[in-house]
Amino acid sequence: MENIESIQQEIINEFDFFDEWSEKYQYLIDLGKNLPTFNEINRVNENIVKGCQSNVWLHAEIIDDKIFYTADSDAIISKGIISILISVFSGQKPEDIITAKIDFIDKIGLSNHLSLTRANGLLAMVKQIKIYAMAYGSKK
Amino acid sequence: MKDVYKIREDFPILKKKINDTDLVYFDNAATSQTPKQVIQKIVDYYEQYNSNIHRGLHSLSADATNQYELSRKIIQKHFGIKNNHEVIFTSGTTHGINIVSSGLESQINSSDELIVSEMEHHSNIVPWQILCEKTDAKLKVIPINKEGSLDIDTFKTMLNKNVKFVFINHVSNSLGTINPIEEIIELAHKNNSKVLLDGAQGAAHFKINLSEINVDYYVASAHKLCGPTGVGFLYGKSELLEALPPYQGGGEMISSVTFEKTEYADLPYKFEAGTPNISGVIGFGAAIDYMNDIGFDNIESYEQELLKYATDRLKEIPGIKIYGNAVNKICIISFNLSSHHPSDIGSILDQFGIAVRTGQHCTQPVMDYYNIPGTVRVSLSFYNTKSEIDLFIDALEKTSNMLG
Repeated sequence: MENIESIQQEIINEFDFFDEWSEKYQYLIDLGKNLPTFNEINRVNENIVKGCQSNVWLHAEIIDDKIFYTADSDAIISKGIISILISVFSGQKPEDIITAKIDFIDKIGLSNHLSLTRANGLLAMVKQIKIYAMAYGSKK
Repeated sequence: MKDVYKIREDFPILKKKINDTDLVYFDNAATSQTPKQVIQKIVDYYEQYNSNIHRGLHSLSADATNQYELSRKIIQKHFGIKNNHEVIFTSGTTHGINIVSSGLESQINSSDELIVSEMEHHSNIVPWQILCEKTDAKLKVIPINKEGSLDIDTFKTMLNKNVKFVFINHVSNSLGTINPIEEIIELAHKNNSKVLLDGAQGAAHFKINLSEINVDYYVASAHKLCGPTGVGFLYGKSELLEALPPYQGGGEMISSVTFEKTEYADLPYKFEAGTPNISGVIGFGAAIDYMNDIGFDNIESYEQELLKYATDRLKEIPGIKIYGNAVNKICIISFNLSSHHPSDIGSILDQFGIAVRTGQHCTQPVMDYYNIPGTVRVSLSFYNTKSEIDLFIDALEKTSNMLG
């Protein structure tokens, strides 16, 4: 498993290919469509991420000291963003998730194109990802 | 009406670019844009006579007081209000509703019933729920039908001797429906129930004479009427406002203060505690003057033309479903496109420079009624154009292609 920093760098490189906002959005939409199906058992209120304009569910489980995230949303762009976050954080160790510095969001030039409500939703997702990591980290 | 492109020159913000394309502002039901005449009036206040009102003896204070009170007269005249002191300046519609809802606490008891409608904005639901929690009164709801109109027949059956109040919006902010308020007020009054009319969405689109419709309370916000944010007014019939206790204590709202007893000032000052939004009130008056110069009859007929054009063009797009198809509606169109989430559509439209509102529009019961998470809402104004509608339709088609 690559570390969080190098995965972020790959995402930044990927987005560097796009010149137009429409290409970035199309990429997010395609990622959203390809997000693995969410297990219906996990579609519960406790898994709802507060602060998003659309419904976002985020579920975490720990396997061999690593946290694996799955998520879903009723909005496709949200799903695209989730897909990126999962690729960064899923399969990492709780301590690495907690201390990770997240800078790819600014660097991929999406923050300019995400309206504030979406940007807030994105921050809410990152916060929830870290909260799960803290919860599992403290259990250990 | 004056040429729309001439009118647009009054609005500096309409020249703005978003993502290197021209801004198309279709979120007027949330906040309308401000013409330079209103902006200048606010600048004049700060440059020429910024001072506190009703207090100082000096010239600046006199100028500020005169301008502030002039706005009250402009609003009184525009809304056909009998007495000048029946115009209470507020921070907006929500504030006005809360003055009434908190003031009614001592007049309402557990056997009373209060009526709202299913299409109310949350700000015309939650204050009454709080009042009901405090008094154990019952809150009843006039249902809506599929086209997005009120079910008046059901409303008639809801009226009984326990119904003390009916709280209703003039125009639905999420559906655009214009409610038959004359009929509602008449039915309520025959039942000895008072009516509060939420004018937040209606006031900007047609003229209303509050004395003629004989409504008991009316609330509106300046920022939906080309005025500044954070200011609005509450109208109430004198005897009703006099019977309400003050909402806030403070300066300006008293006639004498001792530690034994404080005498409250007369209307309207009883409800205007503290230093008000002076520049906002002055700007509000200027905004009403501005809109009257264009003419509300002109505004109404031009906006109806835009509504028809936008509705017809939207219906050309496969997968469009419009919510709110009442015969009488203002230029608000709420819609969804295929199964796409409204926030996806809104985000992409924003990239094309098109500002719309997405979500529940503070009317969750309406969304629950249609069983949808929200809608995309286009709300037009007299300074919008058909070519902007064409740009919007073009962008919506591209958005639809992107979402696949």
